[in-house]
Amino acid sequence: MTFQDALLLARPEVFLAASTLVLLVWGAFRGDKAMGEVSIGASLALFVAAGFAAVSPEGTAFAGGFIADGASIFGKVAIYLISPVAIYLGDRWLVRVGNGRFEFPILILLAALGMGMMVSAGDLISLYIGVELQSLALYVLAAFRRDDPKASEAGLKYFVLGALSSGLLLYGASLIYGFAGSTHFDLIAKSIEGGATGTGVLFGLVFLICGLAFKVSAAPFHMWTPDVYEGAPTPVVGFFAAAPKLAAMLLLARVLSEGFGTALEQWRQIIVVTAFLSVAVGAFGGLAQSNIKRLLAYSSIANIGYALIGLSAGSAEGMEAVLVFMVLYMIDVTGFFACLGALSRNGKPMEQLSDFAGLARVRPGMALALTALSFSVMGLPPFSGFWAKMFVFKAAIASGQWPLAVVLLLGSVVAAFYYLRLIKTMWFDAAPGQTDKEPLDAKGVAIASALFCFPVVLPALALLEPLAKTAALAFGLK
Amino acid sequence: MTSTALDFWATPLGWTLITVGQILLVVIGVLLSLAFLLLADRKIWAGVQMRKGPNVVGPFGLFQSFADFFKFVLKEIVIPSGADKVVFIAAPLISFILAFGAWAVIPFAPGWVVSNINVGVLYLFAISSLGVYGIIMGGWASNSKYPFLGSLRSAAQMVSYEVSLGFIIITVILLSGSMNLQTIVEHQAGGFWNWHAFALPTIIVMFPMMVIFFISALAETNRPPFDLPEAESELVAGYQVEYSSTPYLLFMIGEYSNIVLMCAMISLLFFGGWQAPFPTPFLEAWSPTAVSLFGFLWFAIKIVFWFFMFAMAKAIVPRYRYDQLMRLGWKVFLPVSLVAVMLIAAWRVFGPQA
Amino acid sequence: MDLQAIAFYLLAAVTVISGFLVITARNPVHSVLFLIMAFFTAAGLFVMLGAEFLAMLLIVVYVGAVAVLFLFVVMMLDVDFTQLREGFARYLPIGMAVGGVLAVEMVMVAVTVAANGAAGKNAAPAAPVADLPNAEAIGRVLYTDYIYFFQAAGLVLLVAMIGAIVLTLRRRPGVRRQNIGDQVARTPASGMKIVQIKSGEGLSE
Repeated sequence: MTFQDALLLARPEVFLAASTLVLLVWGAFRGDKAMGEVSIGASLALFVAAGFAAVSPEGTAFAGGFIADGASIFGKVAIYLISPVAIYLGDRWLVRVGNGRFEFPILILLAALGMGMMVSAGDLISLYIGVELQSLALYVLAAFRRDDPKASEAGLKYFVLGALSSGLLLYGASLIYGFAGSTHFDLIAKSIEGGATGTGVLFGLVFLICGLAFKVSAAPFHMWTPDVYEGAPTPVVGFFAAAPKLAAMLLLARVLSEGFGTALEQWRQIIVVTAFLSVAVGAFGGLAQSNIKRLLAYSSIANIGYALIGLSAGSAEGMEAVLVFMVLYMIDVTGFFACLGALSRNGKPMEQLSDFAGLARVRPGMALALTALSFSVMGLPPFSGFWAKMFVFKAAIASGQWPLAVVLLLGSVVAAFYYLRLIKTMWFDAAPGQTDKEPLDAKGVAIASALFCFPVVLPALALLEPLAKTAALAFGLK
Repeated sequence: MTSTALDFWATPLGWTLITVGQILLVVIGVLLSLAFLLLADRKIWAGVQMRKGPNVVGPFGLFQSFADFFKFVLKEIVIPSGADKVVFIAAPLISFILAFGAWAVIPFAPGWVVSNINVGVLYLFAISSLGVYGIIMGGWASNSKYPFLGSLRSAAQMVSYEVSLGFIIITVILLSGSMNLQTIVEHQAGGFWNWHAFALPTIIVMFPMMVIFFISALAETNRPPFDLPEAESELVAGYQVEYSSTPYLLFMIGEYSNIVLMCAMISLLFFGGWQAPFPTPFLEAWSPTAVSLFGFLWFAIKIVFWFFMFAMAKAIVPRYRYDQLMRLGWKVFLPVSLVAVMLIAAWRVFGPQA
Repeated sequence: MDLQAIAFYLLAAVTVISGFLVITARNPVHSVLFLIMAFFTAAGLFVMLGAEFLAMLLIVVYVGAVAVLFLFVVMMLDVDFTQLREGFARYLPIGMAVGGVLAVEMVMVAVTVAANGAAGKNAAPAAPVADLPNAEAIGRVLYTDYIYFFQAAGLVLLVAMIGAIVLTLRRRPGVRRQNIGDQVARTPASGMKIVQIKSGEGLSE
């Protein structure tokens, strides 16, 4: 493969990196008044990159460090399409709170680039660099409102714990390299072929999974999630609850299936335990929360648990379920945080559960959107969350993971309580007062994603399912 | 020489003896020359200010440095009671040892070098970046405000100027294609129009780089106009306030040794090291020792010339303010030298010798 | 014993001892100084392996730049150590447990290595290229096989830089800054005014 071919394969990433640099220089010379221009430029760049990714040829490049296949293309298109939404929401929101800076879209671009690298990583080194690029940009975004003590706390917590998880990941990667003799997924798979998994490789794998579980906030590595979600700026949380989770799940799926496909029995146990714990922590932890952002954090932990159930199936069907689940969840969660960003009372954002009392009378449109989104995350038919969970359920049953399928159902039932409580507060409690007028941008995104949850999801699913199916086949599992 | 003698020099013991001998030769040579360069520094300074300078000890004051040396050595070492004793004593030692360690890779003449390593330039750069430790440790261990402020200033200043120094060194490495100092010097053979500072057409880039290197060297060695770490009007004497006697002497010798080292580096990187400024075909008829002596003479002349420039800068340029110093380092030298690296790299890739 | 072995044991012993002292030293500045010593001797070990380029980079980057800033920060900290040690006893059991688990794992790994050898099936190291200075050898793979990682690592550093600027740079209103361009462009005409004053009248302004 020549260098030109390699560049062609990595065209979306090369394009993104180049446009980031151009926009950065543009912003640096024009100052913060260039924020609008940079935001538009960044969104356009992401759309173009998504287009490039969609028509990208398949293959591997850069000595195996970069893989372009069905799965990576699927992931990239999804990530590059959801990131402009985050730029759109965040850009307006930051201007409203008087903290508009042109670096915001640049950092989102770089985070998206890191995620693009994660989903097409074919080597432990590109895995680590992708993860690091993505998380470093997100740490900064979490602390973006540096004058707000909660945001600074969130950024610091995220950074310190993220650094710890990177350490675990690196430790695992070096053990694997030491015992398998290569950082390349294919060669690792070859060296542990025939069940000859050494203890060393297994230890490395455990640490690697721990590190990645940190990034997707799966229990027992979830403790940073509620604090960070609570403190970080709302649209930023909306971003890092969505796209990075998809990227990290895809990466986890790729490492496990391509690097350790032959050690399926070994890693399945770990994933099963993590999935079980995540569902339990997410479902029960959410019960005690009165802050909506914290509640959504626990909800995201539970949802990652469901996705991990799909992963633990260890089959092509399971991978397909993970992909569909993550994409649908991504849209749900974006809608949720768009609602939170839109609603405020007397200039203060509404974050407590009690703030939402009587919303149905004051802002019926938003209340309806929130209700639809809650039903969806709860998994009520015919909302999108139901289809997502059904895919996972089917895959778990098909691979004989009965207990986990039951856990999924139980978890959903417990978690349903806190969504229902939110709905009850909105529709049946007395309103404490008028809320501020919602800004158009956040309202638009919220309503669009609520609409996606119900009617749009049916035709969309017909389109998404075959795509996810082909993408899942790229992992080479049966 | 008999064969038994040859065998002896090849044994570990013999090798050790030779190396120790070479090291001693270099150290004593540098120390002796420092004594006279120090005097020259004071004389030049005095000359600019229309004074006579030291002229009492020996003819023209030639032995002034030795008198100072004995004065320092014979005084009592005072260690402040609040000081961290170990670090306090270690700081000047580190300054001194590092300043002399760097001379190990300097080629004085063809083949006259203690250790001819492949990454000589990097070694020099590494050692000069370590120099800051002596100052920081000294300032901190004194447990006193002026020294501490001085050492903080110094740390920030040296780290800042190292960056542009590094980039300029990269341009030289790119031009000569090697990090070995001998190779770099050999690359500039054949007359002053082949020296890196003057070679056409890269003179457009390299001459300004030489000037920036000189100014950065002033900052890196805390020489005026960048002597903020020891600015006497603000910080008394900066990190040296609490030092007396021999530890102070070590600091001072280390400082001057670093200055002369920087002069040697400019000579090696930009002015052809031991190469004469004209073609020397007549050297082929000379014995190797004579050739080396001839080269050493040129190298010494270049070092003395650059030391003169250092002294003149001290004498005639007023001290910078701290924000101006930082601005110059980060906003002027860094981008300019970065552009220079790109230009030289492009010249190496697309130019005629590509 | 030949010189190489003496040098190796000397450097290795100093590295290990100073590494140990990093965590046991009471004064954080001493800890950092020992850390620097450990870096330095590690660089010495690199030289003994023939990796002189790596050794010099270790010194230039870690000792010469990173550790200086580290020392810079630690020196200015005003840490109360009695307060820091307060939670020590309380968290000791958990710490011991984690450490114990790690130690057991290490022993298990070590036992496996002793029994089976560490090398995987394709663990044969790449043959060193003869007659190539190691700076050049690194350059050859860094800019060919590893170009993707190299460039991506550059992006990571770019993010770190943007982050530092975003989180620390703020423009304060009402600060008067020096504009060197203006100062240089000043002429006698713009800088001063010559006024003829009649005696006894003064200047009314």
